[in-house]
Amino acid sequence: MSELTISRRGLLAGSALLLASTALPTIGFAQTPKKGGRLILAADSEPRNLNPAIVASNGVFFISSKIVETLAEASFDGKDGPEPRLALSWEGAADGLSVAFKLRDGVKWHDGKPFTSADVAFSALQIWKPLQNLGRTVFKDLEAVDTPDALTAVFKFAKPTPFQLIRNALPALSSVVPKHVYEVGKIEDNPANNAPVGTGPFKFAEYKAGQYYRLTRNDAYWGKDEPYLDEIVYQVLPDRTSAAAALEAEEIQLAAFSAVPLADLDRISKVPGLKVITKGYEGLTYQLVVEINHRRKELADLKVRQAIAHAIDKDFVVKTIFLGYAATATGPVPKNDPQFYTADVPTYPFDVAKANALLDEAGYKRADDGKRFALKLLPAPYFNETKQFGDYLRQALAAVGIDATIVNNDSAAHIKAVYTDHAFDLAVGPPVFRGDPAISTTILVQSGIPDGVPFSNQGGYKNADLDALIVKASETLDTSARTELYKEFQKKVAADLPLINVAEWSFISVARDTVGNIANNPRWAVSNWADTYLES
Amino acid sequence: MTRAFTLIRRRLVGSIFVLLLVVIGRFLLLEAAPGDAVDAYIVSTGGDAGMIELLRHRWGLDQSELTRLANYLWALLHLDLGQSVTFSRPIRDVILERLPTTLVLMGSATALSFGLGSALGIYAGARPGSFRDRFLSIGSLALYAVPGFWLGLVLIVVFAVDLRWLPIGGIETIASAKTGFSRASDIATHLVLPVSALGFIYLALYLRMMRAGMAEAWRQDFVLAARARGLSRRRIVLAHVARNALLPLVTMLGLQSAQMLGGSVVIESVFAVPGLGRLAQEAVAGRDTPLLLGIILVSAVLVVVINLLVDLAYAFLDPRVGAGEARA
Repeated sequence: MSELTISRRGLLAGSALLLASTALPTIGFAQTPKKGGRLILAADSEPRNLNPAIVASNGVFFISSKIVETLAEASFDGKDGPEPRLALSWEGAADGLSVAFKLRDGVKWHDGKPFTSADVAFSALQIWKPLQNLGRTVFKDLEAVDTPDALTAVFKFAKPTPFQLIRNALPALSSVVPKHVYEVGKIEDNPANNAPVGTGPFKFAEYKAGQYYRLTRNDAYWGKDEPYLDEIVYQVLPDRTSAAAALEAEEIQLAAFSAVPLADLDRISKVPGLKVITKGYEGLTYQLVVEINHRRKELADLKVRQAIAHAIDKDFVVKTIFLGYAATATGPVPKNDPQFYTADVPTYPFDVAKANALLDEAGYKRADDGKRFALKLLPAPYFNETKQFGDYLRQALAAVGIDATIVNNDSAAHIKAVYTDHAFDLAVGPPVFRGDPAISTTILVQSGIPDGVPFSNQGGYKNADLDALIVKASETLDTSARTELYKEFQKKVAADLPLINVAEWSFISVARDTVGNIANNPRWAVSNWADTYLES
Repeated sequence: MTRAFTLIRRRLVGSIFVLLLVVIGRFLLLEAAPGDAVDAYIVSTGGDAGMIELLRHRWGLDQSELTRLANYLWALLHLDLGQSVTFSRPIRDVILERLPTTLVLMGSATALSFGLGSALGIYAGARPGSFRDRFLSIGSLALYAVPGFWLGLVLIVVFAVDLRWLPIGGIETIASAKTGFSRASDIATHLVLPVSALGFIYLALYLRMMRAGMAEAWRQDFVLAARARGLSRRRIVLAHVARNALLPLVTMLGLQSAQMLGGSVVIESVFAVPGLGRLAQEAVAGRDTPLLLGIILVSAVLVVVINLLVDLAYAFLDPRVGAGEARA
């Protein structure tokens, strides 16, 4: 769990204590949550659609996970992965053709109507499968949802579907919305997409564009005594420096999703009354990846890709770019994943001499000016760290005689250039690991994906072996056999380097000491916050 | 009065062509930018080929550029600005919601820089070459050289974080349910820092222009004549020297209003003010062409109106300026 802790010594001493007090509420000073209060926190973007059943993304969950709940939520100690939310239990049939959910009794929608299996069936068949960005893949074979009674929903699949995948997908993909609100008119145009109605601990109250979102307590919430807070207000702060200043001025009490830049954390951790928290994002791991265009003759050569991997000093990247708030990567599954990760893969230690030798072997000798060949490098602009890594990579490549030119784009232009136009040689991307390789990881190396699909293999890489393995894993029902196949997958990817995994990172929260029960599950920032409280 | 009407009529006819050119030009420029609204959208969601095709179809992006431009112009003819894809709302509503904020911010900042700038300019220009003249000229130049966002951040750190006299950002206390006078004073408190950051930068322009104009006027014969007539120094400074130096400042006011709209993009971000500038930035990042065109249109109308007012003021201040003759 602790791959993503702090490496800087001074910070470690200070925040380890804080971690103990927040992550493990039983041993801290703040055992009894207080009721009431308004939590104000920073939001750096305003999602255009707040319906998490349609848009399963962290930006949407950050706000709407408090309003609309999923069937299950990730947990630090749930032995079968997630812990119950709207579903109490889930069981997969041995033939992989059905999964049965027992639903929670006595749950009411915010408009007072009862929550039933019909809502689950409607959400799954009318929204997750046809409309949801991730659900369209995971639930593609979902054929029907039987509802023998109001509290049972049985998912029926046309083709055997691994139960492990469905279980791992529950926290992010299973937001349930009310059938009675959505069955009239076009789902995409429903006004509830911007003013969600759910079963969660908080109700949507108002949204002032450019200013704030306000959620109020759901007095009829099913959780005993929950929620503790009266209100949650997301203040829109588009400028990152202002989030740190607003925390210091006590205008907000929490900045999640690294709204405070890494470079400011050292200073802000010394401000009395503020704490820096690195836990609570284990289920939202981002991967720093070098995407490779295999259409380039040089890059189609495995030796060249190995040389590039050897040329990157991953420790330096973690220490200097991420200031220690990251971990080095070995392959396409992050180290902090409890189910699939294997360290038993080919590795590429930092070795400039070896990189040079490999390039010589591949036949790309240095010319008189010391350069072997030139290429175009497109760092994704979404994070400071991806841009900084782009600058680093250019230098690292120069050291082995590869002359990279950086091409900077804004987000829309980057997406178009890399995933539609393929106008890149190397790109730096931050794909997300979503708890199961089949959700959004295998797509990064699989062949046959149409042009224009973002965060997928658009580098023209084709490996029949790997493709076959991916298909086999997607049909393997037995959990341990499936897990083994994904370990095999990691080995193959690390050996053939369709892309190069450099580091893995998550986000940081900064909060006032008065905010309690922070970071108590691996997807905390995007969970329902029913137990979050404020000391006065 | 007919003078003014002729002026207004002439200006409006010319403006319509200007606006049309602006719209078509911007449309083509934005189309040339790589990536469309769907590309911008899927950055935060991902999605498969089918979903992307569906989105392009829903947002009308599968039509050709010309069709879309024609549709836009046709709708515009009916005073319909269209639907924003980033906000899934009518663009008119989105803009009207933000317009007052930007007008208040810009208006106050312009008033501050014009008022304080010309006052200090008169003070400095009353005695060109004196110590106070040198001090003010150099001081204002230094302010002018400061980047707006940096000045904003410094003001935040000093007055909001350290001293805690003023709020850090926003246009009013969030979700406070204040009304009437207490709301107005709340908004005013929130505006102090952004208005200062925006206004102080442009202050130097007015100060220096006023000062230079006055230094020039001092050498004119009419000043000598006024002195000979035994007018008080105060009267000479205000009624003769300063008044003659004022005209270029009024011209500047019109020109600068356009600049201020651009400058407010940065200041609105730093101070989290929900205005037009930030909206424009979001529209560009989201490749929301109709929204950006709407903002540009509204800004262009704004600039045209302000310049019209400036012309009228000019005609009022300087009787030589008439509708029938060319203006300098």
